[in-house]
Amino acid sequence: MSYEPVSISPLLGRLSLDSLPLHEPIIVATFAAVAIGGIGLLAFVTRLGLWGTLWRDWFTSVDHKKIGIMYMVLGLVMFLRGFADAIMMRIQQAIAFNGSEGYLNAHHYDQIFTAHGVIMIFFVAMPFVTGLMNYIVPLQIGARDVSFPFLNNFSFWMTTAGAVLVMMSLFVGEFAQTGWLAYPPLSGIAYSPATGVDYYIWALQIAGVGTTLSGINLVATILKMRAPGMGLMKMPVFTWTSLCTNVLIVASFPVLTAVLTLLSLDRYVGTNFFTNDFGGSPMMYVNLIWIWGHPEVYILILPLFGVFSEVTSTFSGKRLFGYTSMVYATIVITILSYLVWLHHFFTMGSGASVNSFFGITTMVISIPTGAKLFNWLFTMYRGRVRFELPMMWTVAFMLTFVVGGMTGVLLAVPPADFVLHNSLFLIAHFHNVIIGGVLFGLFAAINYWWPKAFGYKLDVFWGKVSFWCWVVGFWLAFMPLYVLGLMGVTRRMRVFDDPSLQIWFVIAGIGAAVIAIGIAAMLIQFAVSIRKRDQLRDTTGDPWGGRTLEWSTSSPPPDYNFAFPPVIHQLDAWYDMKTRGAQRPVEGFRPIHMPRNTGTGVILSALATVMGFALIWYIWWLAALSFAGLIAVAIGHTFNYERDFHIPAEEVATTEAARTRALAAEA
Amino acid sequence: MSAHEDHSLEEGHMEGSLRDYVIGFVLSVILTAVPFWLVMARPLASDGLTALAIVGFAAVQIVVHMIFFLHMNGKSEGGWTMMALIFTVIIVAIMLTGSLWVMYHLNHNMMPMPHDMSQMP
Repeated sequence: MSYEPVSISPLLGRLSLDSLPLHEPIIVATFAAVAIGGIGLLAFVTRLGLWGTLWRDWFTSVDHKKIGIMYMVLGLVMFLRGFADAIMMRIQQAIAFNGSEGYLNAHHYDQIFTAHGVIMIFFVAMPFVTGLMNYIVPLQIGARDVSFPFLNNFSFWMTTAGAVLVMMSLFVGEFAQTGWLAYPPLSGIAYSPATGVDYYIWALQIAGVGTTLSGINLVATILKMRAPGMGLMKMPVFTWTSLCTNVLIVASFPVLTAVLTLLSLDRYVGTNFFTNDFGGSPMMYVNLIWIWGHPEVYILILPLFGVFSEVTSTFSGKRLFGYTSMVYATIVITILSYLVWLHHFFTMGSGASVNSFFGITTMVISIPTGAKLFNWLFTMYRGRVRFELPMMWTVAFMLTFVVGGMTGVLLAVPPADFVLHNSLFLIAHFHNVIIGGVLFGLFAAINYWWPKAFGYKLDVFWGKVSFWCWVVGFWLAFMPLYVLGLMGVTRRMRVFDDPSLQIWFVIAGIGAAVIAIGIAAMLIQFAVSIRKRDQLRDTTGDPWGGRTLEWSTSSPPPDYNFAFPPVIHQLDAWYDMKTRGAQRPVEGFRPIHMPRNTGTGVILSALATVMGFALIWYIWWLAALSFAGLIAVAIGHTFNYERDFHIPAEEVATTEAARTRALAAEA
Repeated sequence: MSAHEDHSLEEGHMEGSLRDYVIGFVLSVILTAVPFWLVMARPLASDGLTALAIVGFAAVQIVVHMIFFLHMNGKSEGGWTMMALIFTVIIVAIMLTGSLWVMYHLNHNMMPMPHDMSQMP
């Protein structure tokens, strides 16, 4: 390797005062705002004396419900960061015309589009989806927790460690300027000698540990911990889609880990897997990362297909149309998602036979997805549809996602793709399916399950404001990109020569502003609902007339979820129990065996963060030290024998009696 | 957490016997030693044939490990172990054959690059 990096001090590696981006006024101002906000938050928590509660009841908790909520909070925080990046790009592209350079220099702009993609996929969509599955799946299958509660806590904190590293890159050093998949040779040491790509690699590797382990955990939970009587074909659809998602995670994330390891070897020890010379093949990187990348798309969308199924069925007051076909469509998508990866690089030059094969498989995968849409429509058909917020999001999803699906099939035609590859048409397409599918689904899920998690519904007025701003804003922001893409405008451009394009970017910018109002309305919705929680309170535990098991327990559920494991006789178990008039057990409680909280997950993730930081900055002694620390703490934890306790029968009886009284007061 | 902590050892949990481990050990030693001998003594005429034989031994080695060390059979864990194995094999096969096919075509269609490794000294 001809390139020799800047001087490396044995103590601080590449880190020096020059590493701080003090010459970038935008970043300095952001840092000031973040620092003031952060200090304010810390002071606020200290003043309320919440540190003890946070540590004991949340950070160290192994309860799947609390971990699920923490995942959602992580996703929300990172979503605000990712959206800030989006707004900055929209403003830059709206003003950089007629010789104007805009307000972002190329170095900064390239980091922003990379960070936006990385954050939105890995630290927004993934935590949201994982958090949702964590919270809902054990409740839906009548379990008391996941199979490996400590592992669950550890997974969450590893994901957080990755997020922390990405956030750190904003103020210490720089982030990658390579696009969200860091294709070599650009991401190789010769063309990206600074720390950006290293931040990318280690953030994803550390978060990837968490994602893979949580996938294993949830697969084991669904296969081994279902309530008695719940055969596979009696599982709720959300549980089914979660199972397939986690199978995809377990099978595909190792590929990402391997390919990033090879890239790190290229960068750190001078191997030539993906370099231009000495036999390296950058194309192999593109091939491998999309073998992970395409299943990843389905990892994100499948759980939300489950959400839409639950919501449609509940708010239509009907059993889901075509449950069996829904399950098989999900399984078919799971398998087919491994057969389409090449459609991301038709233009790399594979030739006609390879391109036709992958074009056809891509078109085939739209068939089970289409079948799902018809199932939702037929579920609504002749149903008594209640247009509550979750149902509104679902209808918006159907209308929006279909357009995204059709442009996807268009892109699947290799000759068309040669025209549209890397154009804004592609950008519009995947935002169409990710916002219209994943985000709308998450908002449906948040509105649907919030009463379960906190015991009160979300405010409807602000929910509707948010809904309309999001939907209108989405169409305003992304339809212009379809137009621009058809005109041949490529992605990741910072300045433009053709002034006739400007109007479309301005419209897209206005759309992004409307979405910003939608996000603000959603935050207001949360705040207002928390303030008005007594008016919005739901004591029944079943505010929507639900059909699946999570609605059979109280809201929020007790630590042990179910005093007795429910016995399942058919699909839509809770609906079945309601129609048969099943009575809640009110006596004969037994002590419940529970896992004990532990701080090991937090400590391990803190050490992993330090190790990642040290590796990024070539601080070798610190990397070795923190790695040794990781191993020591992990081994130490195996000697912790105080892992469980019993909730005494009397405590269970008291909790359940309180619920009996609440239900009686309701009636 | 299940209230019935005594469940962990029932329903087809696999506990290997010493005999299994010995058979597995002996087989894997043989399956490792033979490829070494193939490379060092070169009893086979062509290099390609030698490589093919080594790949064959490696494949058998994988199966030996799965049966004797991971105790896989059609019944353990209610068939889920076998199901997971079949799924893994399908996915790995798709990845390997797909990558080879794709990379072969890309390589074939690509401009000649500097530093062709087959031309290097």
